[in-house]
Amino acid sequence: MSAIFTRIGDAAAAAAGSVGVVAPADVPAAPLPPAANDSAKPPRSARIAAKGVNLQPWTERMRPAALKVLPPLLGLGLLVLAWQILAAQNSAFPTPLATWDEALKLFSDPFYRKGPNDQGIGWNILASLRRVALGFGLAAAVGIPLGFIIGRFRFIYGMFSPIIALLKPVSPLAWLPIGLLVFKAADPAAIWAIFICSIWPMIVNTAVGVQRVPQDYLNVARVLNLSEWKVITRILLPAVLPYMLTGVRLAIGTAWLVIVAAEMLTGGVGIGFWVWDEWNNLNVPHILIAIGVIGVVGLLLEMALIALAKAVTYEEA
Amino acid sequence: MSRFIDIKDAEMSFGRFHALSRVNLQVEQGEFITLIGHSGCGKSTLLNLIAGLTRPTSGALICAGREIGGPSPERAVVFQNHSLLPWLTCFENIHLAVERVFGGKENRRALEERTWKALEMVGLTAAGGKRPSEISGGMKQRVGIARALSMEPKVLLMDEPFGALDALTRAHLQDELMRIVSATHATVVMVTHDVDEAVLLSDRIVMMTNGPAATIGGIVQVRLARPRDRLALAQDPLYIDYRTSVLEFLYHRQGRPAQKLA
Repeated sequence: MSAIFTRIGDAAAAAAGSVGVVAPADVPAAPLPPAANDSAKPPRSARIAAKGVNLQPWTERMRPAALKVLPPLLGLGLLVLAWQILAAQNSAFPTPLATWDEALKLFSDPFYRKGPNDQGIGWNILASLRRVALGFGLAAAVGIPLGFIIGRFRFIYGMFSPIIALLKPVSPLAWLPIGLLVFKAADPAAIWAIFICSIWPMIVNTAVGVQRVPQDYLNVARVLNLSEWKVITRILLPAVLPYMLTGVRLAIGTAWLVIVAAEMLTGGVGIGFWVWDEWNNLNVPHILIAIGVIGVVGLLLEMALIALAKAVTYEEA
Repeated sequence: MSRFIDIKDAEMSFGRFHALSRVNLQVEQGEFITLIGHSGCGKSTLLNLIAGLTRPTSGALICAGREIGGPSPERAVVFQNHSLLPWLTCFENIHLAVERVFGGKENRRALEERTWKALEMVGLTAAGGKRPSEISGGMKQRVGIARALSMEPKVLLMDEPFGALDALTRAHLQDELMRIVSATHATVVMVTHDVDEAVLLSDRIVMMTNGPAATIGGIVQVRLARPRDRLALAQDPLYIDYRTSVLEFLYHRQGRPAQKLA
């Protein structure tokens, strides 16, 4: 190694004299061994580098990690700065620091109960999540089998597609009065609104998934003469699962959007009602905290479903 | 049993497109038949008719004395793109077929044994636990063949099974197929567009005319002794004769459709 280094160095030095070529960058910066000592050990840095140790300064080594973390931090920092400026202009608007203090206070005791209308933020979040889970679960129980049937039989597809096309764009909140009328209570009505808003993406995506099952797989099923049960469990279900989960993900996104609005209208316990209640108390820091909490919970739900989708998605052969 | 598969005046139209016209063909038990022709000549359509995946517009197809009324495990198909289910392992892909055909008669252990035997036949015992996405194209096609053979079908139908493989892998699988067919005495109908493959493997080469309204334009009886060795055959004058007569049919009597248009 040393011989090569020296030779490159010598050549570069000779060339530098005549044409002004700079020595190659990959020659170590360590002083060249004296010419007489040509067979001596290579410089220590070169030996360590040969073992695969990264000899770049630490600032260089940290660069990829820094580039990943820095932009999001910078973005958040800008948001807080804008908030700070806004708060300085408007005395009714709390500063980020004041909101942070308030949040610490709030989350130090998230599970207290002082009567039906004054409960900790933890209870409010859990109440909302329970409604979403119920409405969403019911929608999955109805929507996924229905999607299968619609996707499998052209006649039924023809029957349902105009209904779905008509009802899908309707805001789920428009269904809230129907829920109140039928169930005569606020809580089931909110669940009903969640049910309605989650069912469309589940039906549509499942049906599309069933229709897109490759003909090859169905031909295999036909040649093997598989029973309808085996066709469903071994071919349709695994082939449709990725589509289905996309529907589920879309549905949970909307459900989390809708629950806040629905709870504002129905009252009781829940993060949406809590926001409205704090607005009535003119407690703006709490509203800001709620916005943050709603965002974080929605993000976590989405991430959990993406992880689930990754786990069940097969690799195309 | 001289007429194991009997195709009588089969006609096939897709809407207004007349694909096959008056196809008549008899296949004997244990015979290896290849269907050859230019693309779009309806050879896959004919194979699908024998498989029962499509029904003829008119005419009759009979297999082992019974009319072909639909697809059935007794006429196993090896698809061009292997069609393994990507979410099942190779073992499970074959087991699905074995279970369907023998599940009523045999216990679980016997079924698993059959599956392993099928994998062993194509030399893929080690890949049993792998998914199709984890193995090569040639291996996938071998699993497809193993799946078809595991059902102990009366007829093995192959739709350009080696079309998507490189030349070396293809040669290897052809040799393997010859070995398996001679061991199992299977009746095979295979679609191909490779003249060498047709001469090497077949007892008879069925040459199809160009569509629309394609039909059988000629049949070459290949009287080469088995087992056949591709290296020895390359010099064999008889082999060269058969090869030439198929080429002559394909490129002289049935010029490429594209050339006709030009």
